[in-house]
Amino acid sequence: MEQAKITAETKDLIQVKNLKKYFKVGRKSILKAVDGVSFNIRKGETIGLVGESGCGKTTCGRTVMGLYSATGGEVVFDGINVHKLKGKEKKDFTRRAQIIFQDPYASLNPRMTVGDIIASGIDIHNLYTGKERMDRIYELLNLVGLNKEHASRFPHEFSGGQRQRIGIARALAMEPEFIVCDEPISALDVSIQAQIVNLLIRLQYEYGLTYLFIAHDLSMVKHISDRVGVMYLGHIVELTSSDGLYKKPLHPYTQALLSAIPEPDPNTARSTKRIELEGEVPSPINPKSGCRFASRCRYAKPECYEITPELKEIENDHFTACHLFNDVK
Amino acid sequence: MQKILEVKDLRVSFHTYAGECQAVRGVSFHVNEGETLAVVGESGCGKTVTSKAIMKLLPEPPSEIKEGSVILFKDKNIVNMKEKELRLLRGSEISMIFQDPMTSLNPTSKTGKQIAEGLMIHRGMNKKQAFEEAVKMLETVKIPNARKRANQYPHEFSGGMRQRAMIAIALACNPSILIADEPTTALDVTIQAQIMDLIKELQKKLGTAVILVTHDLGVVADVADRIQVMYAGKIVERGTTDEIFYNPKHPYTWALLRSVPKLSTKNKSELYSLKGTPPDLVSPPVGCPFAPRCEYCMEICEEAMPYATEITSTHEVSCWLQHPMAPKVEVPNELMVGGEINGAS
Repeated sequence: MEQAKITAETKDLIQVKNLKKYFKVGRKSILKAVDGVSFNIRKGETIGLVGESGCGKTTCGRTVMGLYSATGGEVVFDGINVHKLKGKEKKDFTRRAQIIFQDPYASLNPRMTVGDIIASGIDIHNLYTGKERMDRIYELLNLVGLNKEHASRFPHEFSGGQRQRIGIARALAMEPEFIVCDEPISALDVSIQAQIVNLLIRLQYEYGLTYLFIAHDLSMVKHISDRVGVMYLGHIVELTSSDGLYKKPLHPYTQALLSAIPEPDPNTARSTKRIELEGEVPSPINPKSGCRFASRCRYAKPECYEITPELKEIENDHFTACHLFNDVK
Repeated sequence: MQKILEVKDLRVSFHTYAGECQAVRGVSFHVNEGETLAVVGESGCGKTVTSKAIMKLLPEPPSEIKEGSVILFKDKNIVNMKEKELRLLRGSEISMIFQDPMTSLNPTSKTGKQIAEGLMIHRGMNKKQAFEEAVKMLETVKIPNARKRANQYPHEFSGGMRQRAMIAIALACNPSILIADEPTTALDVTIQAQIMDLIKELQKKLGTAVILVTHDLGVVADVADRIQVMYAGKIVERGTTDEIFYNPKHPYTWALLRSVPKLSTKNKSELYSLKGTPPDLVSPPVGCPFAPRCEYCMEICEEAMPYATEITSTHEVSCWLQHPMAPKVEVPNELMVGGEINGAS
């Protein structure tokens, strides 16, 4: 199956403009989970969002979905501002955009049958009733590789991979155009991860879906995404095509992330030296000005601690936010 | 090299309402002094049960270590040990780190105290000495501001730091064997790399033997000396790291190796994935447990359990394909080219 080629001219389905999401913690502190993120998602495209825990990628996904209200900036979905929607329009938007959650154990109601879980959206939107509703459930189960008999069972009877399939079926029930996949594979075994990724890719081809794919595992993200954004402490530090990112990572953080991927070949693994990333992501509460990555960066210069670098186009469709590339272009 | 641990014909069952679930079905292996042995397999293949059985951490009932199982540690059989003897062993001779650093630390007790606890029991230190030693251990596992951190509770630590604290607890009494049960599965890739490097470095420094349990073959490539692959409660293939990666013989090992994501595969192409699920161990199959999922399944595979065939003195595989009368089977193409895995090209 070949997909229609996505080029820079393809229409944007979603535009995220300077999106900010702050949380108040305590009386004076502000946690800046997402701090001025801008990107666009073209129709039928998959954007990958990678970064370590606590970098704001999940918050970003949820704010794009409208699950969190934005502190600043806007998300435009097919010409409409997601955060200004009310009533019927909002209901319509929730049908067109769906989300798959990270933890297949916590995201399914243990007291509902699988059939009812999958049909919950159908019931809310009154799409089908009676026999049609059951037929739709069976169709969805079949689509994600489960069978009819599973509809009357409960979530605890399923393995992690199967549960994630149920979550995918629930999202597909609404015939959405856009799905946020929030770390759908990180809780699964390596052998099961491939099954779920294959399923997502197949569904994209069949239904022309647009994905925002959030993960911390770069090798899987590279595989499924057309373009990848690397997040660090609420900022996007690099954004480019997935091939471009892996062939020529520009930002020092991206280089470190790539080098942390375990090498499945003993000889190469023994001979290559990893770029060690010291320490962990600093706290996003009241972050300092300047480049957020400066404290862990090998190339940090004095100016990195003072001026926040902006996301700039260094090469064709290759954006990065780093002072190292100030002189280029 | 000296054998430090030897497991012979280990069988562990769980008594459930559905019947007797045979989680581990006759596993034999050994660990040499100072080496790293990786145990690899999917969820539910018995790798965690095996490692917990070594420390006799499985509650009885519902679990049962079957008669005839032998776990020799320094020539003593752990299976027959009394609780009192076991307590002397756990934490001081063999210790363990678990998958989930969030739930395996005590949330109501300061981290330093949790490290000191073992030292006071096994090394007879007083409170003050033990605390000082705990601070030193936190420094060894590279936690900055160790003294301050020792006085903090686990909830003040991040995931990676908690796993470091777990390692500090496990290594405090300088054990001969460290069992690491999926130590990095719950962590980010960057932190995973840090923790694996730390385990490797400490092992070199302290000379501890490590049993590394994981589902991801990619993680073990540069850490393990030997690898054994488990499936449905049995070891299906074992060998040195090079033998498993460059000359794998069992179709299940092939499947595991093929499912490791590579940076070089074409975008959005179909990834290799293993179909089906492992068998139900309440009524395990008579023949090879992998037969229903195996591309190369023959008639005999479903009728009789294959015996272990020795390829070299270190490499052993249980598969009917090794039988002289079996058809010759080519190793899947993508596994033949070792250099292809290199992502950069």
